Amino acid sequence: MADETKETGEPNKDVNRRQFFLKLGLGSLGIATAGTAAFAYQYLDPNVLYEPSPVVNAGKPDRYPLGSVTIDVNSGIYIIHSDEGYFSLSAVCTHLGCMTAWKPELNLIACPCHGSKFNEDGKKIEGPAPKPLPWKRIWLNDDGDLLVDRSTDVPALARDSFVRV
Amino acid sequence: MAKTIDQHFDDLRGTRVWRSIFRSGTGSSTLKRALAIQQNVFLHLFSTKVRTRMLSFSATWYLGTLTLGTFLILVATGIPLMFYYHPSVPQAYADTKDLQFVVSSGMFLRNLHRWSAHAMVFLVFAHMFKVFYRGAYRTPREFNWVIGVVLLLLTLLLSYTGYLLPWDQLAYWAITVGSNIASAVPVIGEKIHFLLLGGNAVNANALLRFYVLHCMILPLTAMFFVAIHFWRIRKDGGLYSHDSEPATVRANAVSSAKPAKEGQ
Repeated sequence: MADETKETGEPNKDVNRRQFFLKLGLGSLGIATAGTAAFAYQYLDPNVLYEPSPVVNAGKPDRYPLGSVTIDVNSGIYIIHSDEGYFSLSAVCTHLGCMTAWKPELNLIACPCHGSKFNEDGKKIEGPAPKPLPWKRIWLNDDGDLLVDRSTDVPALARDSFVRV
Repeated sequence: MAKTIDQHFDDLRGTRVWRSIFRSGTGSSTLKRALAIQQNVFLHLFSTKVRTRMLSFSATWYLGTLTLGTFLILVATGIPLMFYYHPSVPQAYADTKDLQFVVSSGMFLRNLHRWSAHAMVFLVFAHMFKVFYRGAYRTPREFNWVIGVVLLLLTLLLSYTGYLLPWDQLAYWAITVGSNIASAVPVIGEKIHFLLLGGNAVNANALLRFYVLHCMILPLTAMFFVAIHFWRIRKDGGLYSHDSEPATVRANAVSSAKPAKEGQ
């Protein structure tokens, strides 16, 4: 070190050769680690999902008599025909994602996993569910079929949340 | 005069092939026996000497060793199960039923795997309670307690990921509920849920991810930590013995507990 000082004619700087290479090595390792972490995250985050479409065809409205609550287990939605019109509720419990069921004898929607209860407007009657069952966007297509978009929530009991036929 | 079995074994241990594998050589002197442990890649994790009283049932109830035993059974039964199981949505449930009802000894292997998994969770908890109530987690063994907590989590994750693989209703809804619990983590919860399942719902990606976690990542991670766990027993002074505590600690413990069983 003393020799280096003599050769260059400058006083010793903050880092000597060993410290420089140590910092260079650790820095490179850090950058490589961060890059690997980013790479791994991106790799494990799917870009394309082969999941069912969020839009479900629920068929002709006359399948659902007035006052009926009908579940489609495969798509996880209720189609309900009330006095105000047709509307759709998510059948997925807001607690931990179990499939709820309509209990006609109790006139309510109940979850088999942890006992949450909702009325037919989706309003929470009993926990542990933290939130009411969300309403889903429902409309008629040109063929006269009811379509439900499971990815779009609409306000409960709002005028536009019903389909009138 | 005919040689005894021990003499035959000594002859075997003297052969050139044997000596090329096990360097410690023949003889049963304390040194040779210590070398046999110390020079073995697997056994060198352990102490070369153990106090006789620490090998008594009452000292540890053998809970750690039994846990290792169930883990080895799970590896030995899990690998054959992998030969018949496809981690895909159309086949997983059918393969599970085949293993149960069609494959020779399939039911035996599957049940042994299942019961050992239950036993391992029980034994891990029992082991931790025993260590806790004996005070064996204290200095200098705090770090090994932490390793033990990691192993508890790995055991539970192994149970959880294995639960999905039969792909029946119980599995599907249990994993739906369990993965939704992960979404409760603040800020990144939804992302964890998405990455764990490889999608928004329990589906083909989730089944494959749980399979890889269950059969590769988690067992290898567990083996890594088990090796550290065993090595630390030696490094921390061997199995915990109450007699090795300082006199003041012993006196306190004796005055507050029944002294009759002192020293195990």
